[in-house]
Amino acid sequence: MSADQNLTKDQSNPAVDGKELIRFDKVTKRFGSNVVLDELDFSVNSGKHVTLIGPSGSGKTTILRLLMTLLKPEEGTIRVGGKYLTHEERNGKLVKAGEKHIREVRKNIGMVFQQFNLFPNMSALRNITEAPVSVLGLPKDEAEERARELLDMVGLGDKTDAYPTQLSGGQQQRVAIARALAMRPQVLLLDEVTSALDPELVAGVLDVLRDIAHTTDITMLCVTHEMGFARDISDQVLMFDSGRVIESGTAEKMFNEPEHERTREFLSAVL
Amino acid sequence: MNWDWQVVDDFMPKFWDGVLVTLQALGWGTLIAFSLGLVWAIALRSDQKWITWPVAAVTEFIRNTPLLVQLFFLFYVVPEWGPTMSPLTTGIIGLGLHYSTYTAEVYRAGIEGVPVGQWEAATALSLSKRRTWTAVILPQAIRRVIPALGNYVVAMLKDSPMISAIGALDMLGEGRAFSDTTFTTEALTVVGVAFIVIAYPASLLLRALERRLVR
Repeated sequence: MSADQNLTKDQSNPAVDGKELIRFDKVTKRFGSNVVLDELDFSVNSGKHVTLIGPSGSGKTTILRLLMTLLKPEEGTIRVGGKYLTHEERNGKLVKAGEKHIREVRKNIGMVFQQFNLFPNMSALRNITEAPVSVLGLPKDEAEERARELLDMVGLGDKTDAYPTQLSGGQQQRVAIARALAMRPQVLLLDEVTSALDPELVAGVLDVLRDIAHTTDITMLCVTHEMGFARDISDQVLMFDSGRVIESGTAEKMFNEPEHERTREFLSAVL
Repeated sequence: MNWDWQVVDDFMPKFWDGVLVTLQALGWGTLIAFSLGLVWAIALRSDQKWITWPVAAVTEFIRNTPLLVQLFFLFYVVPEWGPTMSPLTTGIIGLGLHYSTYTAEVYRAGIEGVPVGQWEAATALSLSKRRTWTAVILPQAIRRVIPALGNYVVAMLKDSPMISAIGALDMLGEGRAFSDTTFTTEALTVVGVAFIVIAYPASLLLRALERRLVR
């Protein structure tokens, strides 16, 4: 199984240069009176694989959902590749972004969900070709050829015509990964992608993700409870608690010698 | 009570006229109810108050007033400022409009039944609004509401005689006219049977469709 070469070679996006790709500035997100993120600042450099860990309710998934524009922050700004995701500049002033602007910036981001969220009315192949054809304007046969390559890559080359209900959870999630990659995003968001899977199906999905992490230069932001996987792929691990980053460092450092008491507690509880 | 086949025979030409009116009213009425109802349902999901508010008001009003009143309104009042339409056209529009407010509710339920994850996946792939509706949401929503929509076709068939009130003689209208002038009852029986003959296969067809679509 080898990752599609195109992914690394003809990214239409700016070359990976290790520069800052994602930046949160004083981002606050509330649900009612519950403050999930409290003036969060953090950034991710391009090409990095970052894992967010922390107790549930600490705001990890909220960060991914903000990046995917499934949620809007109450305060603060988010930038992706230097462009504001939440705002746009008009006449030198920052105003709330319009739908068109959001779509343009969002194209650089892909997401894989806990519940897969494949379109049940489409075959595996159509799930993958839908967005490249209708959003990027790729010719249908080109999109299909690429979709087949992606399905091969995730080990489902024989399932092009299968509908989601005919696939196991693990297979569905692998199609969902292929679907996200088909848009050639700069950033791939992984939201507890193995949490809904039967234990014996987890490994197959993680193998695919490991492969992508090691053979492409896509930036990955990952919320997971699979600490072994996190240790394998992460360049950087961020420990969240109560909407703040309380500690960050390399996977090595975070798992072997965490400094913060809270991190130690958390890791000893989950490892 | 005597049954006279001769009377039935005499009624036949008028009967077929009536059947034609009934089927036209049902066919076109269904087309209007199904398409307009979808328009209402999508409009009601808009985030623009100036769209949702009037649509909600109009559909609520139509759903809660009698079809007969609406038919009279369309036939006698609308021509005062608008176009004059034939009784049948008016009847079709009345039936379609009235039932569109019911199918709108059916579509709404179907749309709300699509898991929120489907909308999120569409957003994550940057699908346009139009594409999200036509390729993702509606195919799933409509599939699950086809049986419920079908019930309204049968209900509409049973309400179709109301258009006789504005002079579009459907099969029952023709039957009544015939019976009143000949002092016979056979025509009404024929019409009753005709309703079953149309409605029952329609129900069977719907059930077959339901089995195929709802998995």
